[in-house]
Amino acid sequence: MELTINGTRHQVDVEPDTPLLWALRDTLGLTGTKYGCGVAQCGACTVLVDGQATRACVTPVDSVAGAAITTIEAISEDAVGRKVVEAWVDKQVPQCGYCQSGQVMAATALLKQSPKPTDAEIEAAMTNLCRCGTYNAIAAAVRQAAQG
Amino acid sequence: MNPMQPSSMTTQLPEADVLNLSRRRLLGAAATGLALGLAMPRAFAQSAAAPKIGALLTIRPDSSVHFRSVFNEGGQGVFTAVAQMIGEELDIDPSRFVVSGASSGSQYHLPGARAFTGGSNSVRSSYQAMRKLGALARQMLIQAAATRLGVPATELSTEPGRVIHAASGRSVPYGEVAAAAAALPVPADAPLRDKSTFRWIGKPVPRLDVRDKSTGKATYAIDLKVDDMLLGAVQHAPRLGMEPGAVANEAAVKAMPGVHSVHRLPGAVAVLANSWWRARKAVEALQVTWSEAPAGKPSAVPADFSSAGHRAKLRSMPGNGASGETVGDAAAAMAGAKTILEATYEVPHLAHAQLEPPSAIARFNADGTLEVWAPNQAPDMFQADAANIADLPSERVTVHSPMLGGFFGRHFLYASANPYPQAILLAKAAGRPVKLIWSREEEFLRDALRPTYVTRFRAGLDTDGTPRALEAVVIGEGVIGRWFGRRPGAADRSAVEGIAGKAYAIANRRIGHLHVTDPAVIGFWRSVGHSMNDFFYESFFDEMADAGKQDPYQLRLKLLADKPRHKALLEAVGSLSGGWKRGPYSAADGTRRARGVAMASPFGSEVATIAEVSMRGNDVVVHDIWVAIDPGSIVNPAIIEAQVRSAVALGLSSTLLEEVVYEKGMPSARNFDAYPILTPDRMPKVHVRIVESGAPMGGIGEPGLPGVPPAVANAVAVLVGRRPRSLPLANFRVT
Repeated sequence: MELTINGTRHQVDVEPDTPLLWALRDTLGLTGTKYGCGVAQCGACTVLVDGQATRACVTPVDSVAGAAITTIEAISEDAVGRKVVEAWVDKQVPQCGYCQSGQVMAATALLKQSPKPTDAEIEAAMTNLCRCGTYNAIAAAVRQAAQG
Repeated sequence: MNPMQPSSMTTQLPEADVLNLSRRRLLGAAATGLALGLAMPRAFAQSAAAPKIGALLTIRPDSSVHFRSVFNEGGQGVFTAVAQMIGEELDIDPSRFVVSGASSGSQYHLPGARAFTGGSNSVRSSYQAMRKLGALARQMLIQAAATRLGVPATELSTEPGRVIHAASGRSVPYGEVAAAAAALPVPADAPLRDKSTFRWIGKPVPRLDVRDKSTGKATYAIDLKVDDMLLGAVQHAPRLGMEPGAVANEAAVKAMPGVHSVHRLPGAVAVLANSWWRARKAVEALQVTWSEAPAGKPSAVPADFSSAGHRAKLRSMPGNGASGETVGDAAAAMAGAKTILEATYEVPHLAHAQLEPPSAIARFNADGTLEVWAPNQAPDMFQADAANIADLPSERVTVHSPMLGGFFGRHFLYASANPYPQAILLAKAAGRPVKLIWSREEEFLRDALRPTYVTRFRAGLDTDGTPRALEAVVIGEGVIGRWFGRRPGAADRSAVEGIAGKAYAIANRRIGHLHVTDPAVIGFWRSVGHSMNDFFYESFFDEMADAGKQDPYQLRLKLLADKPRHKALLEAVGSLSGGWKRGPYSAADGTRRARGVAMASPFGSEVATIAEVSMRGNDVVVHDIWVAIDPGSIVNPAIIEAQVRSAVALGLSSTLLEEVVYEKGMPSARNFDAYPILTPDRMPKVHVRIVESGAPMGGIGEPGLPGVPPAVANAVAVLVGRRPRSLPLANFRVT
């Protein structure tokens, strides 16, 4: 099966129902995308599929063949992604950091679709779990990235 | 031995000698830089063999500094704090540091500080030792620069990263004299800077790990890879203690794509495959007959264990338990009281629910050694256990310490709660390296839980409403006793901390611990006994205030009149929140709100917390939380503030939502859909004020948590007119 990840085509030899997460992590070695729950509850595995925030742990690879998949590894190649990362650094968001790849991807997807989001839009889009409770800092960083 | 408060151990630790490893040519890499290490005296080393030596601190030719920290980073910011402490004395900007987790081995220990990350103890236990290490290295660089510049060392000073000769205006970057410094002996001593001249200690220095963690570059145990490894997944026995019997479809599973082999392990079955997803699919397809645990098997969870049944048992236990604190004569004082007040509180088991699922890599090397990569907070204890499992002498085993994707007390040596023993057995059986990952469902099945407790209170009030006597009995099992040996007849400190040790002037009190074995596997959970005991005590405190017709904030001030540090902190949080008001009152948005206050004395720090709450039906909405924290003295105020916010979130999550429920010896929830944790939309605004009283340095990672449950519960009691005496508040009904 062929997947287009970060602008590059990859042949992956996996069963068609394999979650995209494990094709990324196990087959392609792209471990920036994290496994947290496997049931689309926590969002640690968030990637962009054609620009939409998508939880890769429940996304079968055969459903995204032909789509443009963006992972955290390519975040700095994207203008919005760069702004998000700089805001994350400036606001010193991460603690343990494990959920933050997914948080940064979710924020990037939000700002691509809604460059000046309202607080309600931020609340609706930023639903990923963070056990370190960095939620105040995440909201502040999203607002800063939207202004930058 | 008590892992959470190793102060008694600290005083027995001998001073380690700082060694110049590069001079001894023990490390090939050191030839181009300065590498300082420590040699522990042989008597303290783990084996009779000569102490191992490794580079603790390395200064590279580009003047960057690599430090191997025996305190592991799990989000609490310790890697940045150690760079600040060493960098301050070495005179180099902390941003020039690379800090990584130290592997097992006494060569990475620091004098006076144990190789254990926990008890909010890392920074406060190593503050002097880290600084001294930096100061010694600086002296050596100055000495080397003196030779290079042909001037006496006494004419030299330093600026960040450079040795300066002011008289001639010349300077030398550290990296250019690191190799020469490597040929010098370590000085006997080096002076420490005066606190008034600190550039980085006490300042909000940016974290070293934030950019990597914002770009997916940070690596955790679950991300690591070694050559030729197989990926493993397990299916645990549904009830701890059961063992795998017949497998109905082993041949069919072996034929599944990518499957290498099927294995039976103690209490589990495992599949090794060429990818983790294939291993997981295969192991979950195995149809296993599980045999019941033999009667009396010590670690087995009873088949009839239910959370509801166990708490009913705790409530019905008679007696006052072993004394954890006795002051005055509570029984006699109670007899003379005008009002007697009684209440019973309880809390459930809690899961750690760190976002990184557990994993481990085990590799047997050709030279007969074993390497293990595993999330851990105690590398040497893991090393000893791994050696035992592999049947190797401990000096042939190395445990590596990857950065932790969430900590919270999860990564201690809990039997049955860690995957590395299974990884070792599987690597041995397969003859290849194995990386084993537990699915989230297997993690919820085998996590070591915050214990469940019931606590009975009794108070006697004077005619003016002042408490004159207080009795409390904490009923349940202490975590320290579980893992370090219970002392029959003695209270477990981890069970009574937060009820014992309160600062209020109540002249007569007796705090007891009534031991009842917890049927679940229990573990340390952020703030340990404080995670529930401050909820119990500070809630009951408000009950005492109400019974005596006193405002709970004013009563606290009154009972802290002779404790200036606590009184100042309570006034600080009152001021931070805009002045104490209990309510109920109407907010600008029309909601009816109230506030609750609580104090806690956890891990050497003092904390005062106020929460503002409204109700939406039966749901508690927390709008703002104000925290004043006094850790005595500080290293990084930005990290302290972030840690307080983090602890508030976890404390609030436990207050509102969390509860591990056992039925028939098994946990009902196996993922976040059935074990909800705090979501972003329920996160309040958190306001933090740091107060530096100058008291001995206290902990930071845990102290922000314990005040949150009682502050919220106290506000809810005002709003609803009825007191929640059980958590989580998700179960509390307004009517």
